[in-house]
Amino acid sequence: MIPATFDYVRPSSLSDAVAALREADEEGKVIAGGQSLMPLLRLRLAYPEVLVDVSGLPELRGIRDEGDSLLIGAMTTHYEVIRDPLVQAHAPLLAAATATVADPAVRHRGTLGGSLAHADPAGDLPAVVLAMDGVVVTSAREIPVRDFFTDYLTSALEPDEILLGVRLPKAYTGWGHHYEKFHRTAQAWAIVGVACLVRRVNGEIAEARIGLTNMGPTPVRAHAVETAVADGPASRQAFQAAAHDAPDGTSPPSDLHGSAEYRRHLAQVLTARALAAAAGA
Amino acid sequence: MSEIAPEAVAEQVTPGTPDAKSEVGRARRRTEDARLITGRTTWTDNIQLPGLLHVAFLRSPISHARIGRIDAEAARARPGVIAVFTGADLADEQGSLPCAWPVTDDMVLPDHPPIAVDEVRYVGEPVAVVVARDRYAAVDALEAVDVDYEPLPAVVDMERAVEEGADLVHADKGTNKSYTWVFEAGEPDAAFRDAPVVIERRYVQQRLIPTAMEPRAVVCSAVGDEYTLWSATQIPHILRLMLATVTGIPEHRLRVVAPDVGGGFGSKLQVYGEEVVCLLLARRLGRPVKWTESRSEGNMAVHHGRDQIQRLSLAADRDGRIRGLKVDLLADMGAYLMLVTPGVPLLGAFMFNGIYKMDAYSFTCTGVFTNKTPTDAYRGAGRPEATFGIERLMDELANELGLDPIEVRRRNWIRHEEFPYDTISGLTYDSGNYEAATEKALRLFEYDKLRAEQADRRDRGDPVQLGIGVSTFTEMCGLAPSRVLGSLSYGAGGWEHASVRVLPSGKVEVVTGSSAHGQGHETAWAQIAADRLGVPFEDVRVLHGDTSVSPKGMDTYGSRSLAVGGVALFNACDKVIDKARRMAAHLLEADEGDIEFSGGSFAVKGVPGQARTLQEVALAAFAAHDLPEGFEPSLDSEATHDPENFSFPHGTHLCAAEVDTETGFVKLRSYVAVDDVGKVVNPLIVEGQVHGGLAQGIAQALYEEAVYDDDGNLTTTTMADYLVPSAADLPTFTTDRTETPATTNPLGVKGVGEAGTIASTPAVVNAIVDALRPYGVDDVPMPCTPERVWRALTEARRGAAPPGGSPEPGAGGGLGSAGGAA
Amino acid sequence: MPRVSVEVDGVRYDDDVEPRLLLAHYLRDRLGKVGTPIGCDTSNCGACTVLMDGLSVKSCSVLAVQADGHEITTIEGLGDGRNLHPMQRAFHEEHALQCGYCTPGMIMASLDLLRENADPSDEEIRAGLEGNLCRCTGYQNIVRAVRRAANDMRQSDQAEEAHR
Repeated sequence: MIPATFDYVRPSSLSDAVAALREADEEGKVIAGGQSLMPLLRLRLAYPEVLVDVSGLPELRGIRDEGDSLLIGAMTTHYEVIRDPLVQAHAPLLAAATATVADPAVRHRGTLGGSLAHADPAGDLPAVVLAMDGVVVTSAREIPVRDFFTDYLTSALEPDEILLGVRLPKAYTGWGHHYEKFHRTAQAWAIVGVACLVRRVNGEIAEARIGLTNMGPTPVRAHAVETAVADGPASRQAFQAAAHDAPDGTSPPSDLHGSAEYRRHLAQVLTARALAAAAGA
Repeated sequence: MSEIAPEAVAEQVTPGTPDAKSEVGRARRRTEDARLITGRTTWTDNIQLPGLLHVAFLRSPISHARIGRIDAEAARARPGVIAVFTGADLADEQGSLPCAWPVTDDMVLPDHPPIAVDEVRYVGEPVAVVVARDRYAAVDALEAVDVDYEPLPAVVDMERAVEEGADLVHADKGTNKSYTWVFEAGEPDAAFRDAPVVIERRYVQQRLIPTAMEPRAVVCSAVGDEYTLWSATQIPHILRLMLATVTGIPEHRLRVVAPDVGGGFGSKLQVYGEEVVCLLLARRLGRPVKWTESRSEGNMAVHHGRDQIQRLSLAADRDGRIRGLKVDLLADMGAYLMLVTPGVPLLGAFMFNGIYKMDAYSFTCTGVFTNKTPTDAYRGAGRPEATFGIERLMDELANELGLDPIEVRRRNWIRHEEFPYDTISGLTYDSGNYEAATEKALRLFEYDKLRAEQADRRDRGDPVQLGIGVSTFTEMCGLAPSRVLGSLSYGAGGWEHASVRVLPSGKVEVVTGSSAHGQGHETAWAQIAADRLGVPFEDVRVLHGDTSVSPKGMDTYGSRSLAVGGVALFNACDKVIDKARRMAAHLLEADEGDIEFSGGSFAVKGVPGQARTLQEVALAAFAAHDLPEGFEPSLDSEATHDPENFSFPHGTHLCAAEVDTETGFVKLRSYVAVDDVGKVVNPLIVEGQVHGGLAQGIAQALYEEAVYDDDGNLTTTTMADYLVPSAADLPTFTTDRTETPATTNPLGVKGVGEAGTIASTPAVVNAIVDALRPYGVDDVPMPCTPERVWRALTEARRGAAPPGGSPEPGAGGGLGSAGGAA
Repeated sequence: MPRVSVEVDGVRYDDDVEPRLLLAHYLRDRLGKVGTPIGCDTSNCGACTVLMDGLSVKSCSVLAVQADGHEITTIEGLGDGRNLHPMQRAFHEEHALQCGYCTPGMIMASLDLLRENADPSDEEIRAGLEGNLCRCTGYQNIVRAVRRAANDMRQSDQAEEAHR
């Protein structure tokens, strides 16, 4: 299929980009790598009047060490995220989850910022940045990730607001981590995914952070499980018991690849596995 | 249990090393690769013609509706739009798409206009066509066509469609049943009466989308009264005849070209409305037109495959011997009958008995209309459905009797010394050796070792269980003896044509009526001709796929090319040699009876040094200065071969599957395929066909399904939803062969194009069920998605206790939604 | 209409393009580079894979305007015109294609794979080609071909180094 017509601008400054979106009056759409947007355009599921290409904006580039956090520019491709030494050192969970996104060619073009702005609950990265208590930095403000994803394919971004990057605290440096992705074929979206971080102290789990992919219209935190495993043994039995609560507070979809009931079951099994893998148990 | 009597392996079944000088049997690298690996390919969409216009089809978004007003004015007014036509605009000339297989005298055959006129009956059915200066303008204009639809009830479920008072797909026909076709042999009721074991099962062959990698495309030009149509088709010859019939364009004014075609798997064995319409547009507009479909369009509009509900009963004795088999099918036709739609399930009628002996058999198939995309041939066409049914039943029988699945098959299969064998369904299997293929497969698979591991995992309560699936299959290839097709009311014969031209320089042109689209005919046919004529492989060029180059043919499908078309070529080569022998005798001043032909040279028996090469003879025939009395100055020859029988490849496939009982995920651990496809022309090509066939059969078992919602909307229109497996999803296959030559053709070949697909689906499902048997699972519907596997486990756990009181694996085996994991 | 300057297989093209023009259509319909086919509309099949500045991309999911200022290599740009690239040769030798429709994309994706990992295992090859679908081969011979090309390319690299 072929996209419907749209105008295209590639501003070289952030202010021009914001102005272009403002001028488009809610009919504009930001394009970064375009790997989520292009299929929607081609299937004519999206009809923007203007595409604002942000690839020329220096503010969206690079990965910066900010002392107690990393700021990952929105235009950082999945390919770059996976290989970045700062990410590997301080956010290896993000690198691991990013390596499961789509396929190599898509990872060459697709960006972290694009994945977050697209706000697809089946995307792998929203749950990761949610688990890491990240902060989304935009052209206008900073939004904690927990407030960023508001509904299915919907974020807190205003129509004239551009995502510049995401700030991830270094607090999780050294934590055990694992992204457990369950899908039918290598290329398929996650039916359920579990992003997991654990801090082990003397063979016990001191703390855990768990984000769930595709268990509702937005990525969700499994707070009940986090609480249940904290200050408990790093054993499979304990993880299984705690993972029982993984579906609490979720509202998973029913679609071609899995019913809500199955997803709730998977969330339990996969959360237990993710905890075990993260804890090295 | 896995032991096979050693005497079973006759010496002849080990594939021999080919004669070093022989082309047939050599793993020749393919000639056709040169253009394909460099991007110099002629796909239909690559063709550009001066003045070319682009075509796009507006398709129904509703599964069943009356078409009200269509307003195309806004679309016509768009920039770059040349024309917009509705079905009503073309009603006088578009005719009705053909069905060549009226399987019964009273078959209900509805009209099938290429563009719907009054009513749409499936999502994706064309309702209007736009012609514009480029493909973008054409697609844009589709959105400007306004159609009023008056929705009608959607008929989606086959079993409900055949109930009394059901809503109708074709109201004027008064029924959703297209036909009921019956076959019976022996005395089925007697066989079932007092049978100690009766197994009854209901299996569903899900609907599949063939998904050739190249989407369909058509280019058509009209110059005066001469028409050329390029199409991504498997059947240029059949298409030419059918297009002429539908449009009234005289057959001799129409040339059909199948250029490089990117796979078909049956989906391009069709006469499509888009082909008819492109021809009409070129005629109306006097300019060439091109149409190329998108994948999401094709998923709705390319014919689908399978879609069958099987009710099966098997009667057996306590020792496992089969007494009889009853088969009752509902086969989903979709909304219309296309080229061979009604016949596809009937090809299975002769295959449900598989490789087994039995006393009685009955087969009933009812073709059912629904508001879905029409079905038609998809790799295997009728035979995978049958093989699935019988091979699943054999595993069920083994379980019922507590026998090893290999053993229960061994007790029933035709022994190698019993060939030729007349089967219960009326076919004569000419050759085969099921014992040999099975023994080889068991050895390669390490069957006993895997059974031991399976037992160990069961004992340990491993959350990942191991299952072993068996499939000992046969199929009928070499479609088809024309007299058989006639008896089945098929609209044409099953012969194939070949001609051989020996050029003055001694180079050879082979023209074949088979129309390859990935199978490698250009290589394999050259091997056959090179061997038969004694010329170098490089000196042979194979021409095909263009009715002006290859005027006669029945095209490529049903694993028929080699067993029918290859034999035609073999015979044509022999005719060349016969002519050349006479010419050589004349040149050598010898008696024709004293001329011996070998290695490309004609020699006089007992006279060393007296010889002429084929090339020399060809040049002399071309010069024609000195010919034998009455000799036409040419060695060129042709042959049309009508097979005397089908051919019957067979094999034993073994699959080991690891089933995660916590998530339901299935991972294939190993897969062994030992196939007997008779003599082999090119082992490289044969192995490739098996690999690809396995991938497709496995995909049916695990991944693929065309899903419709209750309103008849196809929900798997993209490759994101219709899951075609990638390299990362499939295992490495172990393939090997045994070789019992076909006795009904001089090449001894049987056909290989569909073997892997036919055999593998039941092997995989048998493996999954085998893994879960101790939990009380006796079936998982296809595709065996993780959720379906998990549900089967959950339901079995809720239901009866595990059979035979075998302990449930492991404490807290991770089942059900409550407990989580082990 | 935006103007783009794109280098494709060593030739620079300056063109005005509609913003929505897909790179795949730009290559095929505007430049006549029909060696790169299109197989889907959701970036799943990978038939249209080309290299953009040396990295594999799916040209049906890149706009021509996004390719402005970049270098594109297609299947037609491999080899030196007379000799096949080792990857092309390996696909031929190992019978890694049947209908050949996925082959251009599969070859380009395989080259990208070896750029990342000069000596991949079978499993790594399979994972690296997860974004390229083939309906004919069952992938087994494709895996073999990539392994073979990897060996050939490593050996010729070593030979070149020894030569220096």
